[in-house]
Amino acid sequence: MKILIVEDEPDMRRNLAQSLEEEKYVIETASDYDTALEKVGVYDYDCILLDISLPDGNGLDLLRELKKLNKAEGVIIVSAKDSLDDKIKGLDLGADDYLPKPFHMAELHARVKAVFRRRKLDGNQSVQLGNLTLDLPSRNVTVGGTELVLNRKEYDILLYLLTNKDRLVQKTSLAEHVWGDYIDEADSFEFIYSQIKNLRRKLRDAQADIEIQSIYGIGYKLHLP
Amino acid sequence: MKLLHYTSLWFLVALFLILLVWAGSFYFIMLDEIYDSMDDGLENQKELIIQKAAQDPSILKRSDFDEGNYQIRKIPASLALTYRDIYADTLMYMQVEQDFEPVRLLTTAFGHQGEYYELRVITSMVEEDDLIEDLLFSLLVLFLGIIASMVILNDLLLKKIWQPFYLLLERLRNFRLDDPQPFYATDSKIEEFRLLDNSIQKLLEKNVQIFNDQKQFIENAAHELQTPLAISLNKLELMVNQPMDEEQLTLAASVMDNLERLIRLNKSLLLLSRINNQQYAGEEEIDLNAVVKKTLRDFSDQADYKNIHLILDENGNVKTKMNPDLAHMLVINLVKNAIVHNHPGGEVQVFLEDQALTVFNTGKTEALDETRIFERFYKQGSDGSSTGLGLAIVKAIADLYGFNITYHFDERHEFRVIF
Repeated sequence: MKILIVEDEPDMRRNLAQSLEEEKYVIETASDYDTALEKVGVYDYDCILLDISLPDGNGLDLLRELKKLNKAEGVIIVSAKDSLDDKIKGLDLGADDYLPKPFHMAELHARVKAVFRRRKLDGNQSVQLGNLTLDLPSRNVTVGGTELVLNRKEYDILLYLLTNKDRLVQKTSLAEHVWGDYIDEADSFEFIYSQIKNLRRKLRDAQADIEIQSIYGIGYKLHLP
Repeated sequence: MKLLHYTSLWFLVALFLILLVWAGSFYFIMLDEIYDSMDDGLENQKELIIQKAAQDPSILKRSDFDEGNYQIRKIPASLALTYRDIYADTLMYMQVEQDFEPVRLLTTAFGHQGEYYELRVITSMVEEDDLIEDLLFSLLVLFLGIIASMVILNDLLLKKIWQPFYLLLERLRNFRLDDPQPFYATDSKIEEFRLLDNSIQKLLEKNVQIFNDQKQFIENAAHELQTPLAISLNKLELMVNQPMDEEQLTLAASVMDNLERLIRLNKSLLLLSRINNQQYAGEEEIDLNAVVKKTLRDFSDQADYKNIHLILDENGNVKTKMNPDLAHMLVINLVKNAIVHNHPGGEVQVFLEDQALTVFNTGKTEALDETRIFERFYKQGSDGSSTGLGLAIVKAIADLYGFNITYHFDERHEFRVIF
């Protein structure tokens, strides 16, 4: 998978590149409009992370160019402006997704993978780890061929953790992803813990190989021991 | 009391006093002049009578006024020498008036062929009470005339002259800093009004400018913070994915928690200033009942966990035209507030009527300060996780669309929004 990061803040660019490289993606970066335009003209990317405010131009203009080249698919707009206008314009111009800064890395990974899945670049529409298989279109989870019944929230948690396997996912990130942006009070994280406990129990009962680890008050990590 | 009436009143009081003093002086000067003239007349008569007596001694026998206006009486020479001309006021019975009327009396003495006579000449006098009456009447007419002309002048002239002032007052009264209408100076001929208008115009422009700058500043500041916050958060995330021991991870967790609090605070500030800066334009017909139902569903897990009972009472429909995001934000913040400031086993009741939404919640058993509850950063207790901006956001949205929001406490906390 080949990803282009168009971002003028060097630190932000490094963060994104470093985190995405861990997933073995091929990463290229552009720090301004012209470089980005040059790169998209020459190469094809599976996903483009596009910052809207660039020093020498607007990311939306780049998006227009991409649309002309028929390469607008797979664009995720990343913006510190978090403006509704930009979001609507961006999506109208064919962007796949809109991610306002600041965001959690786990969320970025989830969005990138969703783009790949939508573009059917992952091949099949299921996620597999150990003896657990999660079928995305049907939302079915099976462990060793037997169906594991999960409620909607448990399914969302599992998918998010699976998408970010071997990565520490913060509880805030998990809460915002599963319950929405507004669930952000401290006491809600206790309740996430209780949801995780239920999920763990169900996985253990079904004898799944995967394990959800709690990491010192920060969050959770799903891995195959 | 209006300025015009106030000045008129003082003017009339002053005028009344001035007229009173003037009338008094006028009366006495007038009276003095009348006496002077009467006395001159009496003196003249005296001379004429004395001359007449010289030619016709028979009149020396007139000891009564009768039809004439004089009487002559013989007096001893010794007495006559003590006489001086004496003018005096006295009363005399008047046939015409059938009453005693005041008369002016001149008492004098004269000699004729060695004999001495006392002469008393009268002339009918001005009736002082009549004079005063006439004078007062005239004054009253004058005073009423002045009042009448003042009222008319006020109505026509002064009102016209002061019109720019009242126009200015009216525009000032309607002026809103958060929704400034262009403030044109009126075109008055009067320098003071022009000056006042221009000064106020400049003052308002400056205030609007400061107000806008401040609004913009908050938004820009919140905005500029987004990128460094994002970088810091992501760097920390990269860091905690490196091998770390428990102590390091606990430290990182604490930094992350605070950073996330900062991010939440910043997001809320940004949202609040965007609402205040009216950047949520698109309005749609919103079915608030649906928004409430969705919000309660979204919060149901959290409420269940806290053992808080969520109750929805639909007794009517709220339909309004507003931005859909703000509609959600309004309901979410109200419901969240009700859940967060609650106790285990408590309840949140959302009551929907036609064009009214009320959220009741159990919690603290005392009323909150309703004058401050919608203020930014007003916190109930030291709840570290609360941004203190939730209700301020609710209020800002309500203000934006002219909804009325009130807080009331009666065993339960009650927030009511009328659309």
